[in-house]
Amino acid sequence: MPGQSLLQRILGQTGLYAAIACYVIFALLPIYWTIKISVTPQDLLYSEGIKLWPSRMTLANYTSVLKATDFPRYFLNSILVSVTTAVIVTVVASFAGYALSRFRFRGKAVVSLVLLLTQTFPLVMVIPPIYRIMGQLGLTDNLYGLIIIYTAFNIAFATFLMQSFLDGVPKDLEEAAMIDGCTRFEALRRVIMPLTLPGMGATVAFVFTAAWSELLFALMLINSESQKTFSVGLLTFVGKFAVDWGQMMAASVMALIPVCLFFMFLQRYLVTGLTAGAVKG
Amino acid sequence: MASVSLRNVHKKFGPITVLESIDLDIADGEFVVLVGPSGCGKSTLLRSIAGLEAINGGEIQIGDRPVTHMAPKDRDIAMVFQSYALYPHMDVRRNMAFSLNLRKSPAALIGERVAQASAKLGLNALLDRLPKQLSGGQRQRVAMGRAIVRNPKVFLFDEPLSNLDAKLRSTMRTEIKALHQSLKTTAIYVTHDQVEAMTMANRIVVMSDGVIQQVGPPLELYDRPANMFVAGFIGSPTMNFFDAVIVKGAARLVDGSLLPLAPAAWKEGREVVIGIRPEHLHFADQGLPATVTVVEPLGMSTQVTLDAADERVTLLALERPQLSPGDRKYLTAKAADIHVFDRVSGLRLN
Repeated sequence: MPGQSLLQRILGQTGLYAAIACYVIFALLPIYWTIKISVTPQDLLYSEGIKLWPSRMTLANYTSVLKATDFPRYFLNSILVSVTTAVIVTVVASFAGYALSRFRFRGKAVVSLVLLLTQTFPLVMVIPPIYRIMGQLGLTDNLYGLIIIYTAFNIAFATFLMQSFLDGVPKDLEEAAMIDGCTRFEALRRVIMPLTLPGMGATVAFVFTAAWSELLFALMLINSESQKTFSVGLLTFVGKFAVDWGQMMAASVMALIPVCLFFMFLQRYLVTGLTAGAVKG
Repeated sequence: MASVSLRNVHKKFGPITVLESIDLDIADGEFVVLVGPSGCGKSTLLRSIAGLEAINGGEIQIGDRPVTHMAPKDRDIAMVFQSYALYPHMDVRRNMAFSLNLRKSPAALIGERVAQASAKLGLNALLDRLPKQLSGGQRQRVAMGRAIVRNPKVFLFDEPLSNLDAKLRSTMRTEIKALHQSLKTTAIYVTHDQVEAMTMANRIVVMSDGVIQQVGPPLELYDRPANMFVAGFIGSPTMNFFDAVIVKGAARLVDGSLLPLAPAAWKEGREVVIGIRPEHLHFADQGLPATVTVVEPLGMSTQVTLDAADERVTLLALERPQLSPGDRKYLTAKAADIHVFDRVSGLRLN
């Protein structure tokens, strides 16, 4: 900036990078620690305490998690539940968000309000009735039951998210498409959908992560080993008298991998600015 | 190409009437401009013709086909939006070819039409660019190109120049007019800018509060406005208005001075409003006393603001009068240049 001395500029830049570094360390330290514990041999776990990296490394925790536990099954269950939920929620929320964004209809304000209200209940409060309902429907201890619950709980927020993205796509674009020869649905598919990919990407990522890490419902509704998701599965490493930290951390690291891959894949859709140049400016 | 006819078109948004009994016939190949202040219903009328708004009553016909209940895509129209509305994820070529692709036209025809339109609009070098890589003027051209390739029956323009700077706007205005002269397609053009309306239109439709105030060729509207609204809206600087009473065939203003009126069967004592365009007011040795408040030299002319008969008055002088604020002058106008309106209804009386 003009009027600033070199020293001031250097100090300012240093302060900025120091602040960013502090934040990154704060955010990544738990993940780093998880990885560190996962490769620490059992005998060094307590003896080396808070050393930043163990003197010896092992992958034994990973092999025993993969071979000696049901973790691969939990993992597949989680993938099934999270991907299905994310796809269903995003498709439904896209259409619902489009309706809220574009149409004027009777009771629109009420619909929005009810959607918002669903977000205000503490989950603990709704568990007993949901358990009753799912029990009578035969959907307890069943992955489809979880998918239904996760879909129901995520759809309101996802709808608002998609609505806000769709609000950002100028109405003129679909009107132009409709004059050019599209039906409303074609205009949505050919013009609006490609422009809301960042929004859909964000919605998929949000719902996937929420479903992937959900514990409360999974714990309440699932009993049998074959139906457990990994978040419930992680608890099996907590014994009555001891916690198997090494295996638990190894399982956690593996659980992080799909989320990381997922975000790497979605990153290009999460960039904004795709609509730049559509309209004036 | 086709004519457009509107019969008794009504449109309401909830309890608010935005279009009221609109009757309008637009001839084949005509360039008609809908003009009026913000909220007068001109854009709603255009969108109703496009089929983007459903009307609550009346009939719309394009050519010999009634289109009132048809979807926009079936009306065979093309529209240029104020925001240009280019598809941001498609390059210029795909933007222009979009409608033909939807109709599954043969690739050779699409290529030929796009080439013709882009040559006409000087877009050849830009065909592979995305809209975000174009300037405002170029986007405007692409929007027109997209409309042209379809070879529609009617072009609709919704304030297409309002996002451009003044210089580019004037260039594009000329281009659109030239384009219309070469294509001869019926065009309906919405603007709030009366200069655009005057310069481009074969006929102007002046609207206010959802009602058509007057329809006619630009100079007819300028010379014989049907009411005070049209008189005040068309022309820049705007017409001067004075309250007056008819006395012995002349107009007596509030300060008692008299202005001549063209001979007519004037009713003695009738309360009227007289209107005089700024270029029709002249300095004279006697007439309406006025005090100069502001002098604005424009080069080609000089705009003088004065106080006279309790009104702020604008005079446009083609010569360069030597005036200073505070100077006392007399104003006059030829009887033929004075417009007379009813004070209550605002309708033209002469």
